[in-house]
Amino acid sequence: MRPSELKPEHFNRYPLEAGELARSYVPIFRQLPLAFIPLLLREVISYDWQFPVEKAELQAQLRYLGTLSAAQRSQLMTPFANLQLPKALKDIDWVNSPEVFNTQLSAVLWTTTQIGQFTAASENYIKGFYTSKAPVSLPLPRFTLVSVGRGVSENRYPLFRKLRRQGTYYTQVKTENGVRLAVDALGARSETCPIPFGHWYISGADEDALANSRMTYVSYGALSQVRAALLEKMTQAIQSGRGLEALHAELLKLQPGDFGLAHSGDQGILNHFKVNVLTQGSGTQIFSTSFVEWTAREAMRRAQPITMFVRFAPRRRSASMDEMISESSQEMGVDPQGSLIDADMGSYYIWLNQCRLPGANASSFLVWFEEHGIACCVSPLHKPGTESDQPVDLAQLIRSAGSP
Amino acid sequence: MRVTRAGADKISSRISLSRRDLLRAVIGASLYPCFSPVAKAANRIHPHSRKAVVITFGGGARDDETFGPDGLENIPHLLNDLMPQATFFTRVVNEGILGHYVATASIACGAYEKFNNFAAVPPESPTVFEYFRKGLARQSADTWVVAPSNGFNLIGQSSNSLYGPGYGAGVILPKRLLRAALPSGSAREYGNLLRDNYETPLYAPSIVGNDIDPHVLAEMLKLTFAEFVQHARTLTSPDELSVYLARRLMQQFSPSLLWLTLHDMDIAHTGAFSLYLDGIQRTDRLCAEVWHAIQSDPEYANKTTMFILPDFGRDGDAAPGGNGFQHHRSGDAVSRTTWMMVLGPGIRENVYVSRPVKSTDLVPTLGKLFGFPTPYAQGNVLNEIA
Repeated sequence: MRPSELKPEHFNRYPLEAGELARSYVPIFRQLPLAFIPLLLREVISYDWQFPVEKAELQAQLRYLGTLSAAQRSQLMTPFANLQLPKALKDIDWVNSPEVFNTQLSAVLWTTTQIGQFTAASENYIKGFYTSKAPVSLPLPRFTLVSVGRGVSENRYPLFRKLRRQGTYYTQVKTENGVRLAVDALGARSETCPIPFGHWYISGADEDALANSRMTYVSYGALSQVRAALLEKMTQAIQSGRGLEALHAELLKLQPGDFGLAHSGDQGILNHFKVNVLTQGSGTQIFSTSFVEWTAREAMRRAQPITMFVRFAPRRRSASMDEMISESSQEMGVDPQGSLIDADMGSYYIWLNQCRLPGANASSFLVWFEEHGIACCVSPLHKPGTESDQPVDLAQLIRSAGSP
Repeated sequence: MRVTRAGADKISSRISLSRRDLLRAVIGASLYPCFSPVAKAANRIHPHSRKAVVITFGGGARDDETFGPDGLENIPHLLNDLMPQATFFTRVVNEGILGHYVATASIACGAYEKFNNFAAVPPESPTVFEYFRKGLARQSADTWVVAPSNGFNLIGQSSNSLYGPGYGAGVILPKRLLRAALPSGSAREYGNLLRDNYETPLYAPSIVGNDIDPHVLAEMLKLTFAEFVQHARTLTSPDELSVYLARRLMQQFSPSLLWLTLHDMDIAHTGAFSLYLDGIQRTDRLCAEVWHAIQSDPEYANKTTMFILPDFGRDGDAAPGGNGFQHHRSGDAVSRTTWMMVLGPGIRENVYVSRPVKSTDLVPTLGKLFGFPTPYAQGNVLNEIA
């Protein structure tokens, strides 16, 4: 089917809110090229489980497409329309399975060397959309606090090398009860400014006892049963030999209900997010450090929180050859030092993702090496590439960087 | 920001400049002299004695973790042992598909292959192994590929009807050999061992095709299964197993053209940065070990040219569509721009070449060195080498 043939009833299989939204924009959809519209429908079809900021962004994007003049639409869409797509791609049910279409589109673009044209067209479109948007006014400047190095007694790795170039490196931080202090301070922010999904606590362990009820809490440990069930499904799919595309499509279909998780209301939205992190993130099922970094990245991208506390924890050790070929099913130990290095890079990526959000110029970022008195702060108040060996309390750093 | 073709070229050029400046500052490398012919010694080696070892990194490594200021600590052997003996190409661009099997096949064909990276298909263009055997009338034992498991089993020979069967290389998949050597068990028991495709850790394409029967191979290498398993247990990683078998091949057959693809660093796809760094550091050490093995073997010393090149890079930190080192999905300049190191008799030492070259230039260069034609290759001969 061509986009110009779209009718409102084609969206009858969409979830409730998504169907309503899609049907109201059918006249716009009809004017969009096939290489573009499934990318948009991928967002529309998941509308019911999107975070409030995501919903607002999608609505704004649809309105933007509706307000474009013919000349503007042509300028943005012609590069997509010019892409040469094989017939097999056109035969996919891209209305109801936009993700399947997009996966195959990606393969076609790479093998036909059109990926560069597609990327340029996408970037041009996104740039046009964001340029059209009114500046966002945040109730509080964004603040992210990252805690790394849990379980490390001695470290020789040069920590925060990339972040130090952006802010101040502290070498004398008093950190007694640091995690409790951090949760309380960020919990206070969430109480000052109670926005749904606006304040997050992401943990690489299981820290239910520490979680603040006003913060959206996601932890690797608490998802252990979901991870085990997912790995079991993956193993079965691999052994069935159905192939990559089929496996990918099966993973995309998984819902919170498949793992016994609630799938409605705010908890349903969060559970959809958790399942997405585990089914679509590489390594998130196996390594807690990858889980934490990817969860933070996706939460930043999708929910755009104004507060985030991210606490890395030791991930499992990588198996040696001997362990890989032995038949024992001994529990793997953890690798605190390797996890610290993972978390160091993960912190940098979390900061980069924060920089991509509205209000980045006023945002603050603090990363702290647990129980070791070392921290790095990047904010408008901290001069890039500076170092401080003056004793300072973690509470003081949090106050200066992130207090309301 | 929209990255135009010109913008990507600029980024690629900047990456190259940064490598060049570092090499100059750290080990005093100098620019390859323009219009300077290749040292004559390279041409004095009798064509029948000449050998080449190619090491590719099927995993991609970025400058940030290798030839960038923060990365030098990960490559002490490449930098201090090998670079002083090498000609270093600072800007090798891969314009093909950034998947490890298809990209390695493209390097081995000297032409950009366009098949699905996860499909069990041979390359369409003739491989360098077929050019080598047909052009020089060499026996099958004279060229081998040691590669990570699964998809790579078809890399030894193409589907081209003028080449293909009868001209391919023997392909050794070390982990498959190990699996055959282990006590019989279900596929599930050794799932961790065989799950080597970090790009899609969920998927292991079934092995179809022309790799050698493990029992025959073990016999050819004069290796008992028990001995092999015992040795494997002492190793850290699958790449160490690959190097072990490559050395065994050198001892048993002294192949003239040996291709070794290392893969440990591709664990980056799991998002564990420290394991990616471990992979790079191990690869760095293994490259030096292979070079020292070459120098200490009379069949190879002073007549072997060694090429080391990543198949491509990984996504840059700034690419919003990627997740930095973890993947190579964005197709940005950082993921397409890499380097190549060449060592051996007649190769100028401690010099760098900053002009842009392509990863497809390797095959025509090998053809010129050995004296076999490469009619379907798209790349050009690197005059600094051959």
